[in-house]
Amino acid sequence: MIRDAKLWTWHVLAGIVILVFLALHMAIMHLDVLLGWFNAPGTHPIDWANVVARGKSVFFTVTYIVLLGAALFHGLYGLRNILLELNPPAWLKRATGVILLLAGLGFFILGTWVAVASHTLAGSV
Amino acid sequence: MSEIKSHPNRLGLWGWLGGGRWGVERYLYTLHRLTGLGLLAYFLMHIVVTSARAISPERWKAAMDSVSGPVFVLGEYLVFVAFAFHAINGIRLVLVELGWAVGEPIEPVFPYRTSVDVQRPLAIGAMILAAIIIVLGGLDFFFLK
Repeated sequence: MIRDAKLWTWHVLAGIVILVFLALHMAIMHLDVLLGWFNAPGTHPIDWANVVARGKSVFFTVTYIVLLGAALFHGLYGLRNILLELNPPAWLKRATGVILLLAGLGFFILGTWVAVASHTLAGSV
Repeated sequence: MSEIKSHPNRLGLWGWLGGGRWGVERYLYTLHRLTGLGLLAYFLMHIVVTSARAISPERWKAAMDSVSGPVFVLGEYLVFVAFAFHAINGIRLVLVELGWAVGEPIEPVFPYRTSVDVQRPLAIGAMILAAIIIVLGGLDFFFLK
């Protein structure tokens, strides 16, 4: 129970981190016409030039990895809680936790590689 | 050491989704879960699709072309809607959970007041804010481009 209380606290804290960085991401990507943040005027946020500009930035690279970790933990821990409400047997609870942990680590490794590799690629452009 | 009493979800799916006779906050909870699951599914796909940016501009363009068109724009907007609701409702939940939005404990004197009296205006305010963000997003998605 104490472990779950700690994980729940991390879940809430991760939510606050996501709130800040995902709101910034959404504002840049989806409120681009209204706000025009970090995109060259008249361009689309997914144009390669804008992707490269963000990729070059250490701020975007680091916050992308922070957002990735926070969102994976928040989402997969939330999914685990929903699944465990069905009160599965102990072995299935443990298996659910292990599978979600491995999935989270896999996506985190992939996403971190993407952030670092695209930072390197953007630096060479 | 006291035993921990378990409360199995005997209602199954209805226990997840149904609000029963509970108030609007219970339905916000259900919607919070549904939007959370939708956002998680989208997020995992998003990690894979956008990984093309680490390879080459051609692969990036091909990846973005594969998810373009009106259906994907609508889908992206639904993700934006889910994000706006989940984020604003999440702020409300944190405020309630930390005890900042449930009011001070008071004597049970008639006419009785409950913490819902304090929480309900917050819930309404949060939904108005989410609606404003959703409308602004709709303008940006569909009318200003």
